[in-house]
Amino acid sequence: MARKTAAVNGNGVKHAAAPKPLTEIERNPGMPLDLGWVNRARVNRSAAERRAKTLPARRSVKRDAQAAWLLKAVTCIDLTTLSGDDTPSNVQRLCAKARSPIREDILEALGMADAGITVGAVCVYHQRVTDAIAALQGTDIPVAAVSTGFPAGLSPFKQRVEEIHASVEAGAREIDIVITREYVLRGEWQKLYDEVKAFREACGDAHMKSILATGELGTLTNVAKASLVAMMAGADFIKTSTGKESVNATLEVSLVMTRAIREYYERTGYLIGYKPAGGIRTAKDALNYLAVMREELGVRWMQPDLFRFGASGLLTDIERQLSHHVTGRYAAKHHIPMG
Amino acid sequence: MTVKDYFESLDYAPAPESPSAANAWLDAHDRKFDLFINGRWHAPSGGKTLVTSNPANGQKIAEVADASAEDVDAAYQAARTAFESWSALSGHARARYLYAIARGIQRHQRLLAVLESMDNGKSIRESRDLDIPLVARHFYHHAGWAQLMETEMRDYAPVGVVGQVIPWNFPLLMLAWKIAPALAMGNTVVLKPAPFTNLSALLFAEICAEAGLPAGVVNIVTGGDQTGAAITAHPGFDKIAFTGSTNVGRIIRRVTAGRGIKLSLELGGKSPYVVFDDCDPDGAVEGLVDAIWFNQGQVCCAGSRLLVQESIADRFIDKVRRRMNMLRVGDSLDKAVDMGPVVAPVQYETIERLVKKGLAEGAVLYQADTAIPSHGCYYPPSLLTNVQPASTVAQEEIFGPVLVAMTFRTPAEAIELANNTRYGLAASVWSDNINLAMEVARAVKAGSVWVNSTNLFDAASGFGGYRESGFGREGGKEGLYEYTRPKWHPRPHPELPGKDSAAFKNWGRATPPGPAPLNQVMSDESQVMRKNGKKHSTQHPVPSTFSIDRTAKMFIGGKQKRPDGNYSRPVLSPDGREVGLVGDGNRKDIRDAVSAARSAEGWGFRTGHQRAQILYYIAENLSARAEEFARRIAAMTGVTLEAALHEVELSISRWFTWAAWADKYGGVVQETELRGLTIALTEPLGTIGIACPDEAPLLAFVSLVAPAVARGNTVVVVPSQAHPLAATDFYQVLETSDLPAGVVNIVTGDRDHLTKTLVEHDDIDGMWYFGSAVGSAMVEQLSAYNMKRTWVNYGEPRDWADEQQGAGHEFLHQSTHVKNIWVPMGE
Repeated sequence: MARKTAAVNGNGVKHAAAPKPLTEIERNPGMPLDLGWVNRARVNRSAAERRAKTLPARRSVKRDAQAAWLLKAVTCIDLTTLSGDDTPSNVQRLCAKARSPIREDILEALGMADAGITVGAVCVYHQRVTDAIAALQGTDIPVAAVSTGFPAGLSPFKQRVEEIHASVEAGAREIDIVITREYVLRGEWQKLYDEVKAFREACGDAHMKSILATGELGTLTNVAKASLVAMMAGADFIKTSTGKESVNATLEVSLVMTRAIREYYERTGYLIGYKPAGGIRTAKDALNYLAVMREELGVRWMQPDLFRFGASGLLTDIERQLSHHVTGRYAAKHHIPMG
Repeated sequence: MTVKDYFESLDYAPAPESPSAANAWLDAHDRKFDLFINGRWHAPSGGKTLVTSNPANGQKIAEVADASAEDVDAAYQAARTAFESWSALSGHARARYLYAIARGIQRHQRLLAVLESMDNGKSIRESRDLDIPLVARHFYHHAGWAQLMETEMRDYAPVGVVGQVIPWNFPLLMLAWKIAPALAMGNTVVLKPAPFTNLSALLFAEICAEAGLPAGVVNIVTGGDQTGAAITAHPGFDKIAFTGSTNVGRIIRRVTAGRGIKLSLELGGKSPYVVFDDCDPDGAVEGLVDAIWFNQGQVCCAGSRLLVQESIADRFIDKVRRRMNMLRVGDSLDKAVDMGPVVAPVQYETIERLVKKGLAEGAVLYQADTAIPSHGCYYPPSLLTNVQPASTVAQEEIFGPVLVAMTFRTPAEAIELANNTRYGLAASVWSDNINLAMEVARAVKAGSVWVNSTNLFDAASGFGGYRESGFGREGGKEGLYEYTRPKWHPRPHPELPGKDSAAFKNWGRATPPGPAPLNQVMSDESQVMRKNGKKHSTQHPVPSTFSIDRTAKMFIGGKQKRPDGNYSRPVLSPDGREVGLVGDGNRKDIRDAVSAARSAEGWGFRTGHQRAQILYYIAENLSARAEEFARRIAAMTGVTLEAALHEVELSISRWFTWAAWADKYGGVVQETELRGLTIALTEPLGTIGIACPDEAPLLAFVSLVAPAVARGNTVVVVPSQAHPLAATDFYQVLETSDLPAGVVNIVTGDRDHLTKTLVEHDDIDGMWYFGSAVGSAMVEQLSAYNMKRTWVNYGEPRDWADEQQGAGHEFLHQSTHVKNIWVPMGE
């Protein structure tokens, strides 16, 4: 387990030491583009759909195990606000929720008050990075910045690289880059590889999540190929979507991307993280995604250094479910503190 | 375990489905069930009961009645009485009842699912998400067929009272597959569930009552093998439908032989699961889970033979092993398990015995590295590698969660290996290359072919086998023919001598004849002509000229062949004069003819247009020689020349009819719930043996041969024994009509003697026999060995000139069987 919580006592207790590393696993250095491998990738949509449809029905997680899984899901949330009207105040509110995502009384009832439950990261635009860092002072919660012309990724290449530099300098420890969809749709894998590789270099020590915008890639086979290229180019995480496409994270896409991660691991030995984003709103959704991680990749990939949800509303539903778990009553929305 | 423990381990926890409603229902019946006969519960006459228990823990669930032969008869009588009024209802009225049953199943679906899982051991996920929804769908779909019967099946009538025997692997689903089409088509039923799994059928009986179904339309008789035997032995049933093992299917085929009833058998399988190197490997691995670890592998169409392309075999098998380790095995009512226990200890032992046999023959066993409960009938997910086609485990149905894996090099080899089995129930093909996938789907001999998918079922798509997997279809329009018969044709009730009588014992024995008796030889057919068709001439004029000797030979592989035995038989006119000589065929002639027919199988892959062209050409050439044929018929049979000419004209018309049908019966697209296409392909049966009747020697010959070859079959024909010359004259018509060699092979001689060899020939796919009642019984009985489809007349002649009797839809049905190819869509 990568996370060691010794330095943190409860929620938001300040400490002077440098924040602990995002992970203890060795980072993916990338590899030369292997076009033969990329071109052999095949995904059969109907087969993926069938698996996506039946998997949730095969894996029901109930009672205490469910509560534990939901808490784990909380620790994997990239609590996100990506709106044009974001200001310091709503980012501060979000960060406060990030520190204490679940009401103290609920955690106590679950016997988890001392477990140091926080979300995985707070994810904002570059302009809000410094606000978020300030608001998260004293915690290990990293700030992630969406970057490289998010969401469409169509600003000039130099500017996109520069955007990464700026966010890293501002203190973002995670960078969510977007790829140029054109390269995928035109099969220009070398260009895609070069682009992602350049972004990775710009990230330096910051961890890079590569957003593939799967809803705009046309086919699941393209998703598989783009996943492989991104990993070959050095992605730490591959991520489905910006949340701004018309189709965002789905279980089918998750199967394809996690299988690509498994294959990359089997061939190179490097563990790549996975982040579904957009459209994940319910506790049941979260359990389904965790089940996909467990079934396709194993328990190791159910930790925040290898798995994140990109979500904003999800936390509220999880908190209500946990409240129900400990009280036996369904919670009213106004009983849950806003993020 | 605490929340904190789970937070660390991220294990799954038990997710039990509550059995309380099912237990309450069982308790309400004091956990003791009688027989459902005539709409009421009846105690078994012998007072015997069976115990049904939960295979997950071995605990007794309930006692059910063990019906005696007397009880079966009581159920039969109730069904017989109910048939009068049920079959007289309008299709719409029956549709309402079926609709009500479908609704009733939906209302009680969770109870049905829990009960099914408790009784059978299948996981609650499967009973809840697959079995029971398919049951409801089956009744809805067939409510529709009841509604439409009067228009869509207008030439067909109900069969009558049907005896149905079903297996334990899908208890309620198999019940639905049997009862829904039977009721829709106006039949009444007596159904016997499997001894291990009765409870859902008994709950179904209550749902029928709740739906207001008239008493006696559905009768449920629980019991052991003796009860099943009592059903198949009962002479009253007009049809027997059975799903189960091929061995029991054979017994039923033999027991019911010659009775004049319909029979459908859905038997075992060893279905290939073919994985090409251009497929989505993870998708294919996931498919395997549904193929062989679905319902603990206790699925007749389980994809139990993995054939994987050598180039990806190692990596693919690694993926399979990894996936196996993720399977969760446990209590049937746990919502988070993939596999429950097998149905009973005896099944566990069978699986274990076969796996041991496989190991002894050199196979390597891998079993899933996953937790297996220590109590209960749990067999772990298993994979046998280093298996060859010659291995026992590659040939025999294991009926458990055991996959055997083999490799192939090329598509052609994959097809050959896929078809290297006695069975033909189903197949899966994994390739993302549509050209390859469709080629293999077409070439595999199986009733269901799933492209990039597996184990898909739907009420709109018929399920059933090729070869020794049985015959008949369940579901789809094709399934309706199993529960109907042509309106013109009531069930025959042949009178048969005892099975030990000389008629049976000597059946098929023949001694080659010598020349015809003196004073009767060398009649002159032209003399008959001159008398202008007057029948039964008493005069025996000496011919004015001596015609050149013509002894008809056999027609095998496109060539005229002398009979192997070098015996001949005289052909006599009705008044006993010899009108010609034909070869007396024997076993070896049949052997050669079957071999020629099998080699000509490419005929079935020609386009319908090409086949039609040749059939029209045959008609054209027959027409050119109409008079000659008419003279021959008149001479042989003694009919008037006018009548004989009419027979020839009708025969020409028949060739036209079947030429017309050569490109109009290819199949349909079934409206299943698949996103994609489910294509019902009507394929030729293969090689058919045809024994022609003596009536209308040319017309019957043409009426039988033409539809068979029009639909792509190759045939070995035994022409009318008494009047074979119309057929032997036909050689020249065939020779001049571009018919490929071997498509039609003709062997003259003793009908029953030759039929016996044909029906005992394992490379014959179907046998049509139009002879005696005893011969019909023997054909049905002897067909059991390789489960060839039979069509016999039970000794009843038919009016070949009648369009229904001589050229009805029945002929298309008998010439073909349906293969459903499931092709999902979406990239």
